[in-house]
Amino acid sequence: MKYMMFVVVDPDAAAEAEPSEDDLTIEQWLADVDGRGKRITGDALRPVSDATTVRVSRGQVLVTDGPFTESKEWIVGFDILECDNLDEAIAIAARHPQANGGKLELRPFWTDED
Amino acid sequence: MTTDAHRATTEAITSVVAAERTGMVASLIRLTGDWDLAEDCFQDAVEKALVHWPHEGLPRSPASWLTTAARNRALDVLRRRQTERAKLQQRAIMDEMGPGGARQTDLYSDDRLRLIFTCCHPALSIDGRVALTLKTVTGLSTAEIARAFLVSEPAMSQRLLRTKRKISNAAIPYRVPPDELLAERTSGVLAVLYLIFNEGYGQHEDHLAVEALRLARLLVDLMPGEDEARGLLALVTFQMSRRSTRFDAHGDLVPMEEQDRRCWDAALIEEGHWQLRRAVSSGRPPGPYRLQAQIAACHAAAAAAEATAWGTIVTLYDALLAAQPSPVIALNRAIAVGFRDGYEAGLAALDTLDAKALAGYYLLPAARADFLRRLGRTDKARRAYLAALHLAPIGQPEQRLLQRRLTEL
Repeated sequence: MKYMMFVVVDPDAAAEAEPSEDDLTIEQWLADVDGRGKRITGDALRPVSDATTVRVSRGQVLVTDGPFTESKEWIVGFDILECDNLDEAIAIAARHPQANGGKLELRPFWTDED
Repeated sequence: MTTDAHRATTEAITSVVAAERTGMVASLIRLTGDWDLAEDCFQDAVEKALVHWPHEGLPRSPASWLTTAARNRALDVLRRRQTERAKLQQRAIMDEMGPGGARQTDLYSDDRLRLIFTCCHPALSIDGRVALTLKTVTGLSTAEIARAFLVSEPAMSQRLLRTKRKISNAAIPYRVPPDELLAERTSGVLAVLYLIFNEGYGQHEDHLAVEALRLARLLVDLMPGEDEARGLLALVTFQMSRRSTRFDAHGDLVPMEEQDRRCWDAALIEEGHWQLRRAVSSGRPPGPYRLQAQIAACHAAAAAAEATAWGTIVTLYDALLAAQPSPVIALNRAIAVGFRDGYEAGLAALDTLDAKALAGYYLLPAARADFLRRLGRTDKARRAYLAALHLAPIGQPEQRLLQRRLTEL
């Protein structure tokens, strides 16, 4: 099963985060997940100040500066995981450095039945 | 065929269904991964039994008959689907039906645990966990669950559908969690069962509480080494032992000290004490459910309200607060202090509580009102009752009890 894992920054959670010795660095996390062949791809994204939102209305392309939604939380990166099941994806997400102080959202790919 | 024989067959079907339903549905889900198919095929097998058994007599093993009928039905449905997935599902069923297939009963207890853990998976919404557990583990109908939660049947049906879809779309595994997840997931299961219990226990019609008691017994059967499951079962049995005395003829709440203790269910109390002894004998430190059960055991063991071992209860609340800090537990501890050391001491203990954390919670002013009433400070008691009434759940038995107390002042 493929999951898109959004890496999300949340300033409120970051303020409350307590670093622990068990926390992995991003390099350690990548080495673990890539070493087990669980990550198809992934990357960091530039901040929302560099985002551009596009939509089309009555044939007109409307382009606006910024993200599609005003929010204190924003997506700073993503990884595409290939896991046996949700529990495996949860375990991988829980070890991500952003899990403590940020959050991860796991979204299964829309694969067709059969 | 005589009516008596007919009735006997119907009763046999009812009892075999009650004993086997969960295991059969659970194993069909494991084989096919299709929750709706599993429930439909089991239902279909029961209907076939209702047609055949009255004429042909009871089969030698009613359970195997039902299993075979349900699996054959599943094979028929899957053959018509003609997809690759359906072929795999058929093979899984046939492998298990063939000679040398796994022993049924052992598989069933594993399957029932798989089912329980999957229904209570933390990635499902809490409402969804509760509804799906009631639907597939206890076998309540969608209409019954909808009534219990005061939602329409289509809304409950949607909730169940969404929950089952998430299991399949997000690939929530159908399994008993591996060791590293087991403790955490087990406490998740216990939380769902206790939620179901409390949902029912608050009501005069405590249908859900009865189901929760059944679920807790099943879980202890399936996980005999799990102390906290025994703790939860003990807690539920002690509370259920008082069910016939908790409400009066008008559906109004009767406080524990006014309940007729002779009417408490001695068999349930005995079951609770027995489960507690088993949990204690493990030698492991008590968890929150066992501690709450021990508190309930103190009440169950008191021949009269005045004979309650409040000292022990306060000590147990101290341990519970250490294991699971919560403002509501702190409130209950303060109340116990008042019964141990006197109502003045109780009022003082209430004053030390975190008022901010308990803001809006009616039981804080209600506890204060209760101590003031016992101390004969009528004016202050009246004000506290009014504050509690203002916050109590509208139209519920708790509110009517406060109203009665206020009138009696």
